[in-house]
Amino acid sequence: MGIPLDQLLIQTINGIVTGMILALVASGLTLIFGIMDVVNFAHGELFMLGAYVGVLTLAATGNFWIALVVSTLVIALLGAFIYLTTLRPLIGRDPLTTILATFGVSLVLQNYALWQFGPVARKIQEPITGHFQLFYLDYPYYRLAIAALAAAIIGGLWLFLKFGTYGIWIRATTQDRVMAQAMGIPVPWVLTAVFAIGSGMAAASGVLFGPLVGVNSQMGTSWVLRAFIVVVVGGMGSLSGSIAAAIFISLLEAYASLWVSPAQAVIVSFVVLILTLLFRPTGLFVPTPK
Amino acid sequence: MTERRLFVYWTGFTVILALLIVAPLVLPEFWRRFLTEILIWGLLAMSSDILIGYAGMVSFGHSAFFGLGMYGAAAALLTTNPPNLWLALLYGLLIAAATAAFVAYFSTRLRDIYFAITTLIFSQIFYVIIFTSTSLTGGENGLNFRRPALAIPHLFSIRFTPAVLHWFVLAIVVLSYLLLRRITQSPFGMVLQSIRENEARTRAIGYAVERYKIVAVMLSGVFAGLAGVLYAIQNQFAAPDFVFFVVSGEVVIYNVIGGIGTLVGPILGAAFFLLLREAFSRFFTEFYLIPLGMIFIAIVIFLPGGLLGFARRWLNR
Repeated sequence: MGIPLDQLLIQTINGIVTGMILALVASGLTLIFGIMDVVNFAHGELFMLGAYVGVLTLAATGNFWIALVVSTLVIALLGAFIYLTTLRPLIGRDPLTTILATFGVSLVLQNYALWQFGPVARKIQEPITGHFQLFYLDYPYYRLAIAALAAAIIGGLWLFLKFGTYGIWIRATTQDRVMAQAMGIPVPWVLTAVFAIGSGMAAASGVLFGPLVGVNSQMGTSWVLRAFIVVVVGGMGSLSGSIAAAIFISLLEAYASLWVSPAQAVIVSFVVLILTLLFRPTGLFVPTPK
Repeated sequence: MTERRLFVYWTGFTVILALLIVAPLVLPEFWRRFLTEILIWGLLAMSSDILIGYAGMVSFGHSAFFGLGMYGAAAALLTTNPPNLWLALLYGLLIAAATAAFVAYFSTRLRDIYFAITTLIFSQIFYVIIFTSTSLTGGENGLNFRRPALAIPHLFSIRFTPAVLHWFVLAIVVLSYLLLRRITQSPFGMVLQSIRENEARTRAIGYAVERYKIVAVMLSGVFAGLAGVLYAIQNQFAAPDFVFFVVSGEVVIYNVIGGIGTLVGPILGAAFFLLLREAFSRFFTEFYLIPLGMIFIAIVIFLPGGLLGFARRWLNR
């Protein structure tokens, strides 16, 4: 069965665009996962609530970029609040309890959104409306802008981790929590900040992704599953690994949907995850540990 | 257990069993159905307690075994005429066991959160397959079928009235409980608990830990499938929603609320959860999960032993 080259190319671009959003969601998750041993089930709900805050701010101000910033900040605060109230008491207990607690949080948030915003999907207006000709398609510039913006945000995070004072504290805490504490780093606040940053990034991706599909209370579920897959396939806590895995998996899914329906294409990423766990549990895109 | 505690245990067991037997005769229709439902969800939660509470493996994929047990029963009930109860049980258990063997082969190589994530992903794979193979499974609409009669050929055959169905479910749940209790006290159950406490040491002593884990997952999956068959017989339909991972999450919630590693705890947890859901849905309509989720979080944080653990500590004080 021959697949025309133009379709292949379109799917490549689509895959990279979704891959960048997925990378943005997953890098927040990997930060939380890798540094705090917290499996954040509520991450998808933060993504979804971020999109909703974006909808509300957009309606109030009319400016997409303000909505993006406001939503990121609001959800970062919400993340800090969730961390302080539900996860902090669980420090020192089995990491599995964090799955349970965040699962509870996700139930609450998802139903809160359903209650507050109703079952009808809301729409976010694209800030950039132009199109360009891609073979037989009118391809919106906005999709490319998303990929660029996501890359910029992740780049900013990387610079922050590399050179920012708090970023250095975060990396020190990852390497050795006790020693970091001994050196005078305020570890509890570092952990809160990590959770807030991760939440904010989820919210930003929610707002960016909003214009592509409607915003509804269910949208977080499928994303959190894919983000988990990316985090595991990319290697725990490895930022570059997550980004590579996000693009890799999105491309695979995009290509698979040339043959099967998009609903079934999801299975491809599930299979990738299981094969990774079996043959290379440390992650596909990290150097082999010695 | 000392003589006295054994006596207290069996007295309690008999009293509760007697109450459950009499219940359908005195309860109104709605609550009778509700009680049967609690027993079925309780059986599902109890099956996952083998993994969570005894082997220390938190499975987020029990919806797969439950749902496939349901679809197995559906296959038997739709292909035979008149529908045969025992064939439904056989198909449901076989399919659940096969699924569990498949999932166990891969997932037991991993531990802790990785085990949880893998089982979750496996259940999602089954969900997507069931959801998209519309011609075979009815897709999103699921399958409807008739309820079989409770019959042994050449001996007797009675229709499933609500009360008979309740007793049938009760009998299966009680037998499963006694069997699972016996298993957890057997040498096999002891090995599972020692895996939970210290896997490396258990392996060093010479136990084939991987094989024990696989058997544990299969055992748990078979009982989850049994719950699925019962649910199919009670409600006369199978739907992909029951394979979705949120069901697995609720099963874990039942365990945590009731108290893991106790077998009865999960049933208690299911009863508590479903009762609260009933109560809250009167006030909050379909948003009952908001207060319920908060209660669950509070229990995770403040009552690590669940309701049963809390009751025990309170009684011993």
